[in-house]
Parts: sequence; structure tokens; C-alpha cells
Amino acid sequence: MEVHPLLQVQELTKDFGGLRALDRISFTLNQGESLGIIGPNGSGKTTLVNVITGFLRPTGGRVRFRGRTISGMGPHRIARLGLGRTFQMARPFYHLPAYKNLVIPLFSPRVRRLAGGRYGDRDAVAIDLLEEVGFERDSFVPFKPASVLPHGYLKRLELARALAIRPELLILDELFSGLSMAEVSSTVPIIEHLQAQGITLIMIEHRLRELFRIVDRVIVLNFGRKIAEGTPAEVMESEDVKKAYLGSE
Amino acid sequence: MFLGTLVYGIVNSVILALVALGFNLTFGISGIANFAYGALYVLTGYGVWILLNEVGLPLFLAAPAMVVLTAMAGALLYRVVLIRLRGMAISEVIATFGVGLAVLEFFRYLGFIGFEYTLPPLLDGSLSIGPVFLDLQRALIVIVGVTLTGVLWLFTHHTRLGLAFRGIAQDEHTAMCLGIHSDRVAMFSLAFGGGLCALAAVVILPIGTISVDAGYDVLLEALAVCIVGGLGSAVGVIVASFILGLAQTYTAMYMGSHWMMIVTLVAILLILTIRPSGLFGKQKELEERI
Amino acid sequence: MLYLLGPRALPLILLGMGIFLAPPYWKKVLVNTAIFGILALSWDLLVCTGLVSLGQALFFGVGAYIAGTLNHYWGWPWWVTLPTATVAGGLLCAGILAPVLRLRGIYFAMVTLVLPLMLVRIIEATKILGGTEGLSGLQTFPSSWVELVLSLAAFFAVLFGFRRLMGTDYGLVLQGIRDNDRSVLSSGINIHWFKAQALFIAGATGAFAGAFMTHTYMFVGMPVFALDYSILPIAAAVVGGMGTLAGPAVGAFILIPLSEVLRALGALRIVIYGLFLVVFIVALPEGLFPYLSRKYHQFERWVEVE
Ligand SMILES: Nc1ncnc2c1ncn2[C@@H]1O[C@H](COP(=O)(O)OP(=O)(O)OP(=O)(O)O)[C@@H](O)[C@H]1O
Ligand SMILES: [Mg+2]
Repeated sequence: MEVHPLLQVQELTKDFGGLRALDRISFTLNQGESLGIIGPNGSGKTTLVNVITGFLRPTGGRVRFRGRTISGMGPHRIARLGLGRTFQMARPFYHLPAYKNLVIPLFSPRVRRLAGGRYGDRDAVAIDLLEEVGFERDSFVPFKPASVLPHGYLKRLELARALAIRPELLILDELFSGLSMAEVSSTVPIIEHLQAQGITLIMIEHRLRELFRIVDRVIVLNFGRKIAEGTPAEVMESEDVKKAYLGSE
Repeated sequence: MFLGTLVYGIVNSVILALVALGFNLTFGISGIANFAYGALYVLTGYGVWILLNEVGLPLFLAAPAMVVLTAMAGALLYRVVLIRLRGMAISEVIATFGVGLAVLEFFRYLGFIGFEYTLPPLLDGSLSIGPVFLDLQRALIVIVGVTLTGVLWLFTHHTRLGLAFRGIAQDEHTAMCLGIHSDRVAMFSLAFGGGLCALAAVVILPIGTISVDAGYDVLLEALAVCIVGGLGSAVGVIVASFILGLAQTYTAMYMGSHWMMIVTLVAILLILTIRPSGLFGKQKELEERI
Repeated sequence: MLYLLGPRALPLILLGMGIFLAPPYWKKVLVNTAIFGILALSWDLLVCTGLVSLGQALFFGVGAYIAGTLNHYWGWPWWVTLPTATVAGGLLCAGILAPVLRLRGIYFAMVTLVLPLMLVRIIEATKILGGTEGLSGLQTFPSSWVELVLSLAAFFAVLFGFRRLMGTDYGLVLQGIRDNDRSVLSSGINIHWFKAQALFIAGATGAFAGAFMTHTYMFVGMPVFALDYSILPIAAAVVGGMGTLAGPAVGAFILIPLSEVLRALGALRIVIYGLFLVVFIVALPEGLFPYLSRKYHQFERWVEVE
């Protein structure tokens, strides 16, 4: 039997009217790998995530997950296969307490299937998950309404929400943006722990120093094109990348 | 007979387009669905009537005055009510709906019912197109409709304010970063929608009577056109107006006027099953901006 | 203890007294209130899911006509038509509106506003189902007691049932769709399916209200699609507090009796409702119920300190 890479992105293209936000992007990702995606603002990183996870329909090309074509499927069906994602703008379910925010993803059919069709106590699982991403268990924080949580907690709540469906591939869209240095350094171990569990990772990040500690390989986007791919060190050597980041000429 | 129906069908289509353009424009610019739209229409009608019969202004003053006043009423609706509700779609819908309801039913309460509430035509007389006679007021409607569409197109594509409108419509955040004042533009959008609505009322109402129920009908027609054409799409509005307008007129001709609404309803149901976002609409994508 | 139970038991006690003491006219008003309350609850369930309906009359009218037709043409008794109209009405409404659920934004409001007003024209034009005359002489309830008790029981069942539902994990998913549909989707939950279910529940509830009214008045006709049945539930919910379920119930019990008192004002009543909508949305957007319960909880804290 042929062994497929976990994720194959083939010639992926996305147009918004006249704007080509993604231009024939291709890459593959194997089980257990960690990939970073970087690029200047507006280079198409979020669009790439949206197309992979089914929130946008590609104009051309396709995405395969374990060899199965997923482009064209709805976002909920893609998520059920085990693609979890966070959103760049963390918007929680404001009306609910933090831990109840996780009850919703725990209601997912995927969670039920992985649990062998049984409903567990979702509240307990939710509180465990929150502890995993650094909410203090014995504090009131998990029980506070999401609308009053500070930004750092919202970002981690967003991470926990993506983790709740027990994804095989986790895509993090600028998880560190807006976090303080201290918050970032306390979040990095959480992500390293996920890697140790064997979760495959795609991280979009502007904080390169932290990103390069985590990922094995980096893709650089600029104006919707992939302009470089390689280890962090290789990528930072590339002339194109320097130009893209420092402005041309 | 067939030709006559065609001519009247075109007139009817232009009427629908005129009625829907303002609603669609407001939505296209600021994302606000103005459910008080029908009330603005009727407000113009009664306003002109009052200016003519109670104040004694001549028509050529009363009509433009009411267009301006209705536009200001639209702006006022934004300044007083909507500005506090921006971004809360549910509240926006309910508030505009409530305002429209209050205005319309207030006219009913004041007793503005009856056949004496008519506006004189802006143009008297008729002309003949081959064997078909068409009164000048209906001809005027077509001319106004066509001119207005042209002017709107030029405005949105070639003037600063128009480009600002399009900018807001495409991306409010970016437009704000570029120094476009989003509150002011949204207010303008309601004023413009109101002005267009008033213009439509001034040219259309003389061919019938002014009634409170016309307010509800106009809102229904505007919504129907926007649902079929695709909300926020100007091309959609025009295409849908012609589809609905011609279909309605032919149905009325051959099956009786009771059936006109059924055509519209069937069109809406068909569109909903085949293309829920309308012929030219693009409202369904679940995309994330920024 | 009393202050804890008080707010919960008070409405029941008052109602109980009302039932025995009220003159027949006010009993009828009470039935009306319960029915409008049910309709307002059905509206609010949709709001909990993030859908604003401007055409609750659609649900109401569909239920009313199903019950009326079954009773008039086939002679089915009320205790069969009520459940049938409830289920069939829910299915029909969900079926008609399901395509709109794929669209975000205000499409749902637009379509729901248009549909009932157009259905009236169909009945008028085709003269089906009694045309402009409507169907009269339908079966009524065996006694006004049955009517009153049944309507109030249904009202409280819907109220507490919905409150309970919203507390379950299923209900949380519905609320999640309102807050952030993309997050729910990215959890692998099919939001369209959930919204369709919410629509069925709301549609069935609204249809029940309509069917009940048909048997109360022994008549069904074009007015069941009128704007009143769309506006009053919204007004009740906005006054009481949208999205709280208890709010619309409270609102209905304020507005419907009030509207009986104001009956003499004629068209001005609807003006007042319209203004209520605007004023409450702008000045007290949370509505009376959340406002009062906040005050109540402040009081609660004060009691603890003592
Ligand atoms: N829904 C949309 N409609 C039209 N254009 C869009 C849409 N979403 C994104 N774009 C455009 O596509 C381009 C790529 O945007 P994208 O959000 O993917 O960039 P990004 O790399 O994620 O930027 P950032 O680092 O700021 O998050 C931008 O020019 C953006 O304006
Ligand atoms: Mg981005």
C-alpha cells in the first residue's frame, strides 16, 4: 500500500476578483513534522489556511489529506477528518464562561467517534484542556465569562478550542500576535508538548525567533507566491526573503 | 397587444428597479438594511401632498424639497438611532423595522386614507410608440430610471465620494485606515438611499394613489428584487427588476392582476432553492478578513 | 429562602389567582397572552441561534391553516389537528427557509418578512383554503377551562423546555453559532444542520400557537399572516430581553394585556409597538428581564451581607 504524506498542497491558487491572493502554492507535510509559514502582511498566509481548511473555495489546484482530496469539502467535514485550526482574530463565544467555550467543540461528531460513541462529561474534559493550555485550575479564570478574559487568555482559549477536537494536523494562525514576551515564553512549552504527542503542526508567525525554535521547516510567502522553502537557517540566507522583508532594493 | 404589454412591462421593470436601487445602495455601502425604506417612500408621497395642498407650494418646488427632506430623514435615522447600534445586525434590523412601522401606522392613524391623496403628474399628455399609447409620466419614469442608473454608475466609479463608498463597501477596516470616515459615509449611505427612494416616489406615485399600504408594498418589492438579484449587486438589481417586471406584467395581462405577486413569490422560492445568494450575489462565503 | 423562591413562584401564583378570579373577557386575554408568549419564545429561540425573523406570522399562519384545513375538510378533532399542525408546520417552515440558512447576515430577516405577506396574496388570488372568506365554524375546545389551562400549560412547557434546552450542550452549540459560526464550523459541527433543527423547533412552536388560535376563534383566514403576528413577538422579546427566553415571556405578559387596554387607540397601537422597538433597542438593549434580574442579584448580595 502506498503511504501518503499527511498533507499535500498542489498548485493551490485563489483569486479575489482581480487580486491573486495565492499563486500556485505547493508543498507537502509528513506526519509529525512542524512547518512554519512566514511572509509580510497581506502575503496570503491566512488565505492559505482558509483554503486548506475549506473556508474558501480554491480557484485552482487541490489539497489532499492522507491522499484524500479535501478541497471542495465544507469546513466542518474537513475538521472532522482531523484538521484543527485557530483563527488569527480570536473571537470566543462571548456569552459563555471560558470552560463552556470548549463544550461546543467537544460536541463535535469527531470527538464522539474517537471516544467510541460515548458522551463523556464534557465540562470535566473542558477544564482539563484549559489546564493544558495554562489556565490555572484552582482559580476562577476557567469559570469567568469569555467576554472579560484578557487577550492572552483568549489566544490560549482559542488554542484549546482547536485542540478539543483532538486534531492530527493543527494549524495555528499567528497564535503569538499580541502576546507579551512572558506569555509567549510560557506558550512555547505548550506547543512543544503537543509536538511530543505527535501532532503535526503548521504555524504562521511573525515572531521569527520563537517560531524557529519550534519548527523544522519554513515556507516563505510573498504576494501569494512561495518564494522560499527550507530550514530556518537556509531560508534566512535567501536573497529573495531578505528583499521581501526589507523591501526591494 | 403583445407590444403594448411589452412597453408596460418595461415601465413596470423600471419602477421596480427605481424602488430597489436606494435600498440596495444603502446596503451595498454600509451593510445596513433599511427596513424603514417603505416608510420613507410614503413619507415623501404625503409630504409632497401636504406641501401642495396645505402649504400651497408649486409642484416643481414641493417635489425637490421633499427629496431633500427625505434624504435628511434618512441621515437623521442614522444619527439618532443606527449610530448606537452599528455592527449589531439584529438590532439594526429591528430598529429600522420599528421606525418604519411607527411612521407608516402613524399616517394611518392620522387618517391619510382615500382616493384624494394623489399627486399630479410632473408631465401631462401622452405619446404613441407605434400602436401603443404611453402617458408622459410613465415615459418620464423610464427616462429617470435610465438616467439615474447612468449617473449612479458614473458617481461610484469616477468621483472621490463614490470611490470612498466603494472602498467602505469592500473593506471597512482598510477604508478606515486610509482615512475614510466610516460613520459619515454610513450616514451618507442612508441619506442617499432615502433620496433615491424619494425620487422614486415623486415620479412613481402620480400614476396611482398614495396609501400607507404602498409603503409595505414598496418594501416588499425592493426586498424581492434584492433577493432575486443578489443583495448589494447593482447589476443584480437591474436584471432582477426586468425579470420580475416583465413576468409580472405578462402574468397580469394573461391571467389577471391577482397573480402578479405569485410570480414574485415563485421567483423567490426558485432562487432560494437554486442560488440562495441571488443571481449576482456573493454573500455566502464564510471568509475571514485581515 | 423566600427571596430565592419568590421570583420563580410569583408568576405562577399570580396566574393561579388570575385563572379563578378573572372575568371571562380577561380569561380570553390570558389565552391570547399565552399564545403570543409562545410565539415570542419561538422567535427568541431563533435569536439564540443568531437568526432574526421578521415574519413569525409565517410560522403562525402555516400552523393555523394546517389545523383549519384538517378540521374543515376532513373533520379531524382539535386534539389531532394540534399535534399534526405542530409537526407538519415545523417541517414545512424549515423546508421553505432551509436554503436561506446558508447565507450569513440579514438574508433571513428579508426572506422571512417577505414570505408571509406574499402567501396571503396567493390565498387571495387562487381562492384556495377559503380565499378571502377564510374557513369558519371550526371546532372549538370543549370548555374555556380546557382552553385556558391548555394554553398556559403549553406556554410554561415551552418556556421551561427552551430554558432547559439552552442549558444543555446542544443549546450551547446553538448559542455558539450566534457568537461565532466559524469557530463552530472549524470544530467539525455542521452549522446548517443545527440551524435547520432550530428552525424546525421554532417553526413547530409557532405553528402550534397558530393552530391553537384557529381553534380558539373557530376561524382561520388571511389575517393570520398579518404583520401583527410578526411584530408583537418581536416587541415582546425586545421589551423583555432578547435571547434570554424568560424576557419574551415577561414581555408578552406586559404587552398583550397592555394592548387590550389600548384597544381604543386603533392604529396608534402599532405606532406604539414600533416606538417600543426602537426605544428599547437603543435605550435598554438588554431588555427588562436581564435588567431586573441584575437588580435582583444585587439585592441577593445585599441580603448575604446582612
Ligand atoms: N475575503 C477577501 N476578499 C478579498 N480580498 C481578500 C479577502 N481576504 C483576504 N484578501 C486579500 O488577500 C491578500 C492576502 O491576505 P491574507 O489575509 O491572506 O494575508 P496574511 O498573509 O494573512 O496577512 P497578515 O500577516 O496581515 O495576517 C490581502 O491583500 C487581502 O487584502
Ligand atoms: Mg493573516
